[in-house]
Amino acid sequence: MRWTKKDLLGMKDLSADEIRLILDTADSFMEVSTREIKKVPTLRGKTVVNLFFEASTRTRTSFEIAAKRLSADAVNISASASSVVKGETLIDTARNLEAMNPDIIVIRHSAAGSPHILARCVKQSIINAGDGAHEHPTQALLDMMTIRQKKGKIAGLKIAIIGDIAHSRVARSNIHGLNAMGAKVAVGGPATMMPREIERLGVTVHHNIADTIRGADIIMMLRVQIERKAICLFPSLREYAKFFCLDRDRIRNAKEDVIIMHPGPINRGVEISPEVADGPYSVILDQVANGVAVRMALLYLLAGGSS
Amino acid sequence: MKLLLKGGRIIDPLRKIDKIADLLVDGGKVVRIETNIEDPGADIYDAGGMWIVPGLIDMHTHLREPGYEYKESIRTGCEAAVAGGFTAVACMPNTNPVNDTRSVTEYIIRQAALAGIARVYPVAAATRGSEGRVLSEFGDLKEAGAVAFSDDGKPVVDSAVMRYAMEYAASFGALVISHCEDATLSADGLMNEGRISTELGLKGIPSIAEDIPVARDIAIAEYTGTSVHIAHVSTAGAVRIIREAKKRGVRVTAETAPHYFSLSDEALREFDTNLKMNPPLRSTEDVAAMKEALRDGTIDVIATDHAPHSSIEKDVEFEYAANGIIGLETSLALSLNLVREGVLSPADLVRKMSSNPAAVLGVRGGTLGIGAEADITVIDPNRPWTVDVRIFRSKSRNSPFNGWKMEGKAVLTIVGGAIKYKEG
Amino acid sequence: MKHGSRDKGQKEIRKKVVMDEEGIDRALTRIAYEILEKNKGVENLVLVGIQTGGVFLARRLSGKILSIENAQVPCGILDITLYRDDVLKKRQRPMLGKTDIPFSLEDRKVVLVDDVLFTGRTVRAAMDALIDFGRPRLIQLAVLVDRGHRELPIRADFVGKNLPSSLWEAVSVHLTEKTGTDEVVIEQETG
Repeated sequence: MRWTKKDLLGMKDLSADEIRLILDTADSFMEVSTREIKKVPTLRGKTVVNLFFEASTRTRTSFEIAAKRLSADAVNISASASSVVKGETLIDTARNLEAMNPDIIVIRHSAAGSPHILARCVKQSIINAGDGAHEHPTQALLDMMTIRQKKGKIAGLKIAIIGDIAHSRVARSNIHGLNAMGAKVAVGGPATMMPREIERLGVTVHHNIADTIRGADIIMMLRVQIERKAICLFPSLREYAKFFCLDRDRIRNAKEDVIIMHPGPINRGVEISPEVADGPYSVILDQVANGVAVRMALLYLLAGGSS
Repeated sequence: MKLLLKGGRIIDPLRKIDKIADLLVDGGKVVRIETNIEDPGADIYDAGGMWIVPGLIDMHTHLREPGYEYKESIRTGCEAAVAGGFTAVACMPNTNPVNDTRSVTEYIIRQAALAGIARVYPVAAATRGSEGRVLSEFGDLKEAGAVAFSDDGKPVVDSAVMRYAMEYAASFGALVISHCEDATLSADGLMNEGRISTELGLKGIPSIAEDIPVARDIAIAEYTGTSVHIAHVSTAGAVRIIREAKKRGVRVTAETAPHYFSLSDEALREFDTNLKMNPPLRSTEDVAAMKEALRDGTIDVIATDHAPHSSIEKDVEFEYAANGIIGLETSLALSLNLVREGVLSPADLVRKMSSNPAAVLGVRGGTLGIGAEADITVIDPNRPWTVDVRIFRSKSRNSPFNGWKMEGKAVLTIVGGAIKYKEG
Repeated sequence: MKHGSRDKGQKEIRKKVVMDEEGIDRALTRIAYEILEKNKGVENLVLVGIQTGGVFLARRLSGKILSIENAQVPCGILDITLYRDDVLKKRQRPMLGKTDIPFSLEDRKVVLVDDVLFTGRTVRAAMDALIDFGRPRLIQLAVLVDRGHRELPIRADFVGKNLPSSLWEAVSVHLTEKTGTDEVVIEQETG
């Protein structure tokens, strides 16, 4: 199995073999981060541009560290500092970047499909670091890497994803990836947070937390976008927490060795109780560590894709 | 100047003509339709194997002038129209300024006359500034030449205003064309709500955002005994509501556009902004419902909803892209697909694209009567061609059909007896 | 693998076995003695095998040293892919192997073990990698076969067999751990 794609735009496009290749490569990269000199010369002379139209310290830092551990030069461009505010279009920005000849462009954008526009108009490899509510493939890959680390496999596991599925790119990418790897996915939350025909993506849909996590090997809690409350997805944070917050009692519906994941940042006491977030089931910090390895793997696999 | 069309299949559903014959145009009028006309003084056009039909009429076009001439002008829009086989277009009022006053209506008519290409029928705004509050001056506008009233591009949100518009229009014998969209349901929506919007993470526009106002406007028409025309129908639900209303005798007419029976939301997976329009491309079930509604007469008219946009509006993120696609130069070929599929007979096609829009708007045309203005379209129903937006007459290039292999094309477009378009 | 030739499309591959199981074992025994002799015992000594053939050979050497000296020499695994000078030259990236050096290299005597010494580029990459793990006291190189054709100024300290070969021949080391047999073969395409 060799990597042949120019870009990583979404989990929807990846086969099980491709996912396995990324995860296997990421496993090998874990070791680099444990060395005293946490750097290999592999991507010396390569330039990775982190083009972030949406604020994200976590993901951007993870990509930056990944690039630097591979000896690539990482350049961060954030929307506020860029020409975007001056009315330049995404395509103009892309062409300008292209002229400076970077090797990989990592893009995050609030508009779904933006990485696809970029991929169509520049020769560089594009990595989607989150586009609107569409996909966030590197998050799904690090989640799957974490699952494989903790459970030794992905196929056959039951994964419950709880929260605002409608507005979650993390949920979409995980649904595609986990399905490709043979896991069973259940999604849960109030019906206002379930996008129409979500079951046609190959998941079961529940409207209460107990049913969603019954028999689950993994629970993924999604961040409640508190600002979305304004558009009536739920009446109040208090009510949401009362019925959908993952606390110690509710976890009992899951398997005994269940692990809890969260893409961060956490709203403690809203979607997840503090004792669960910090408790023995939580693998949230493993996810962060694996994020660097997954992104190193992708930079490695995509490097030279444009040559 | 005399023009003799020889040996074409003359299709005129209003006069129940469907036969191979010759047609002689003289002095801008149709003067004879007979087999074997001989006239040594006439220019002869060999129409063997072709259809000779009353000039096609597009009752839903955006010509963008005044105000958005960088997208389209009355002249370029008319050139696109005749290239697509249309001898007349009705243009929507969402220009800048909005066509809500006599002066704008007169300006459009004057520009169209100056261009001298296709007939242009202005549709004036139903409310001042298309803001949905105060009715525009229907009487004055009608006198100036407006053929119908619509706030197309946005809905008349206030039900009382819609009621008054329809009643007031009726007293002047005028028609209201309704853009049916419940903006509270479609708010921020980017595409049809369903499996594909769920997959793409794009905010969906539910079908009920169209169904509900269609039901409302039909209820108003029924209650007040007025008539209403529903623009760009795209949902199976709207079709069902219109079908039942027609059965009850409500005076409702409806149009759909070629993209709603040619494409579904499945086409959207690549975030192509040329597939973004409002109403959005719907599900495959809705596409099937459009065809059935055209077949059974629930939908009376095929209109293009020709909506030119420049690259400034389209070469951007899907979320930021403007709604709409151009359609004048692809509409006929896409509609001919329905004839090949057996959805429409050739006569049905002529009804949907000529006779019915003429009747709904109350404008001349739609038939080839002796002595009638010679607005004629000659169609080669089998001519193969490939859509290439680069050579379109329209100023804009926003067509999702670029590269499509088509079969059938207008080869001769005659307006008032003069040839306005002739294929290679 | 079988001796002799086999069909591969139109071309034939001629194979010649140049070391058999006993030959390999004797060479490794000698190398183990040489390592001990040169380093005056096992003190501060570690073995690092280069993925994949070198890993098995390092383990065997460690076993031999254990039986000679009755002392356990730590044994690490090194994958040099990330240090290869051609890693970005091809359109697709090579698969990564595992690196596992669960001990410090700081001030240790490191014997790098590989199956075949050829251009020297792998050894160059391996030395760069080792130095990223700490500053070893010294690095020595042990190989089962030295087939010549060096492209870098690199020389092995311990050699199982010098095997002059031509560039169009392939030298393969098959080891029981991987292929089920122990042998070194020269393969040449003919026809």
